[in-house]
Amino acid sequence: MLTKTFDVIVIGAGIVGCAMARQFTLEGASVLTIEKSADILDGASKGNSAILHTGFDAPPDSVEQACIADSYKEYLAIRKKLKLPLLKTSALVTAWTKEEESLLTGILEKAHINGVDDAELITAKSTLSKEPKLSSKVRASIYIPREYVIDPWTAPYVYMLQALQNGAQLMRSTEVISGEFDGEQWLINTSSGTVKGALVINCAGLYGDKLDALLIKETAYEIRPRKGQFIVYDKAASQLVDSIILPVPNEITKGVVVVKTIFGNVLVGPTAEEQKSRDDASVVKETLEALRKKGEEIIPALAGLPITATFAGIRPATEFKDFCIKTYQDKNYISVGGIRSTGLSAALGIAKRVYGDYQKLGKTHAPKSTIIYPENVNQLAETETRDWKKEGNEGIVCHCEWVSQREIKQALTGEMPVGSLAGLKRRTRVTMGRCQGFYCSAKLSELTQGCFKHPMAIGDEK
Amino acid sequence: MITTEDTLRKSYEVVIIGSGPAGLATAIELKKLGVNDIIVLERADEAGGNPRHCGHSPFGFREFKRVYFGPAYAKKMVKTAKQLGVKITLNTSVISLGKGGLLTLSTPHGVNQLQAKRVVLSTGIREMPRAPRFVSGQRPAGIMTAGALQSMVYLSGKKPFKKPIIVGSELVSFSAIASCRHAGIKPVAMLEKNQRTTAYRPLGLFPRVLGIKYLLNTQIIDIEGKEQVSGVNVLNQSGEKTHIVCDGVIFTGKFTPEASLLRSANIEIDPNTQGPIIDQFGRCSDPVYFASGNVLRPVETGGWCWNEGVKTAHFVNASLAEKLPSTDTQLTVNNVSNKIKYIVPQRISIEAGKTLTIGMCQFQLRFKTAVKGGGIKLLYNNAEIYDKKLQALPERRVLIAIPEFSRIEFDTNDLVIDYS
Repeated sequence: MLTKTFDVIVIGAGIVGCAMARQFTLEGASVLTIEKSADILDGASKGNSAILHTGFDAPPDSVEQACIADSYKEYLAIRKKLKLPLLKTSALVTAWTKEEESLLTGILEKAHINGVDDAELITAKSTLSKEPKLSSKVRASIYIPREYVIDPWTAPYVYMLQALQNGAQLMRSTEVISGEFDGEQWLINTSSGTVKGALVINCAGLYGDKLDALLIKETAYEIRPRKGQFIVYDKAASQLVDSIILPVPNEITKGVVVVKTIFGNVLVGPTAEEQKSRDDASVVKETLEALRKKGEEIIPALAGLPITATFAGIRPATEFKDFCIKTYQDKNYISVGGIRSTGLSAALGIAKRVYGDYQKLGKTHAPKSTIIYPENVNQLAETETRDWKKEGNEGIVCHCEWVSQREIKQALTGEMPVGSLAGLKRRTRVTMGRCQGFYCSAKLSELTQGCFKHPMAIGDEK
Repeated sequence: MITTEDTLRKSYEVVIIGSGPAGLATAIELKKLGVNDIIVLERADEAGGNPRHCGHSPFGFREFKRVYFGPAYAKKMVKTAKQLGVKITLNTSVISLGKGGLLTLSTPHGVNQLQAKRVVLSTGIREMPRAPRFVSGQRPAGIMTAGALQSMVYLSGKKPFKKPIIVGSELVSFSAIASCRHAGIKPVAMLEKNQRTTAYRPLGLFPRVLGIKYLLNTQIIDIEGKEQVSGVNVLNQSGEKTHIVCDGVIFTGKFTPEASLLRSANIEIDPNTQGPIIDQFGRCSDPVYFASGNVLRPVETGGWCWNEGVKTAHFVNASLAEKLPSTDTQLTVNNVSNKIKYIVPQRISIEAGKTLTIGMCQFQLRFKTAVKGGGIKLLYNNAEIYDKKLQALPERRVLIAIPEFSRIEFDTNDLVIDYS
């Protein structure tokens, strides 16, 4: 049991929780983050399309739009100091039917209202000159030059790492059992003992409403899980696409995107499927086949190219279109819910906004005078110098994604050693490539022996 | 370690990528032919390729006149190569294939480049994992290919599950049973979606004798489990769905050439083999690059790949001496039968006055389905140059002699292969 009373207890170490821990720590608050999984980013954050949005199509004047716009600026401002990569692509919102084409001017107006002034409507010909491999059936598009691609797992990992290096604490494999606010402070009973904090921030993502109910007996929203399935093409496909190919969005979803990832693969997805389960990220054969067909309609040359992976993510959507960020003043509690599809793009902005809400409660700290920045941030992006290019990498273990033995060893040790194979995949990309472990499973099970609660091998031979 | 990459130079006459049967055979034969300025690059930390973790027999009959288990066969190959002075560098991954044979490598010391006059791609093959098969369901631990299981069992002595099911009935699927037994793993069932065993039919007795349910006409429809696999649902021919309790799923076979480097280098790929398009000498669309062994097609035995490697050495040697026909004039081998899955080689290079013409001597074919009653035909400018009655099963080796084009009139029309 930790005897210290923290200024803030953040519950949930997804993308939003990680950004929150960083923001509050740098502002001078003492922060404890609790995560029920063996590793961070294990819920909604584990599957996303890895885009840094400008917020061009968010509803104007929404909380979401403000957070995305703020976050976008912040990411560009801090990324070099945090050694985070950026793939400067652009996006094309593509219209394939007459009806979709008629909606483009509306989208353009919205982009301009949202301050994305450089968005422009371009003809089919200009669209194809930017993306020569795009199907010639495209009718027109909106070109958004500053939509970028980032590393969806290293970014939040580094947010948390910086929080820890500046004094925050993190408890993983720790589930909240109950909690009580006594008017002064929160006593939270967890599976790892009781912890104390002056204020609680609910960043529990897919379980946000349940956590609200558990701790404050009320909630302002209901989580309505929305699954998104993806397929990933092997590296050869990355020669076929340069920008983020978006469809004309509808009321519910941004639709199926074709995007070259910062790791040099091509992603097609997500679907948007309402479901009851908060943790069933099953893939469905027919849906995956439909995604492949969709991808090939958009970029015909994708036909026949090998698919390396399929996965599904679950977004914590709610009955509301906007984010649900609410302060419960008399309970020293802030609920950050319904961060459904733009969490990666908006996280830094959300954290800033919540710190503002916190200050409105009359709470204030002296910001850290000297901020520590992480020294060794492993670079997984193809835009950066990866470890395989460097002296002393100890040889490549994962031959599909070019992951070195040194990278794996570093992820298993250090400040925040990975707690699960899934965590190791996110931290290093090991086994994420085309062979899915055919070539590296043996080596990997040796390297990870004794590191995980659920080990790769359940026993030595015999 | 055989050599370290400290000994890597900036240029070589021949660079061989991969130290499995095909690659080592090429290296050994080149040495015998007096081509000494060669190196074999191996990305793993041990040479020998896939046979290293194929803990079954028979390997080596063709090349060493006796029968070995996979790991011993790999050791024997490596030893033979070493004795002839073949240099193999380990932990050396080729990252990209540049035009004209400029290779970018990664070694434990970082990034490196070297220039080769000729490059032989013998990168082999791997099984198709779960993802590209589009199998529905959750993604818990305990799902792997037979190759991954074999490498865990034979290279590391690890056991990823206790009671898995096996999907597929190729040779490797039965080998997976052997690997399981070796490690004390008890498979509960083996599924084959077709009505007959893909490998030789009598092998179907093997699981039955061991008390493993052998389900033909049955396919996996989804996988359940949170942390570890807890079960699968399968569907049989009559549409009945059954739940099978298990803690792992071994996806076996559906081999696919390890040709990713070639795709990224824009070397032409045959969609039917998923390997490079080659001429009768194993030359790729960039003729500095040769390919041999299982990277050419799914899938052949180690012995076959070894033989291919030996032949490739002769073609490379001839190419260095400028004795091969140029690739400027090529016939395309056109498969017009919807029953034939693939034909290798896919092109024939022709140049008047060259003595070497037929190269690897035979077209290698595979059928998609069992065929009976028809004949295989080779047609050129509507003239039949070959016609033979044939019955064949899917996934079995079928060979046809490559005709001697120096003896027949040729232009640049396609060479047509049909089954009717």
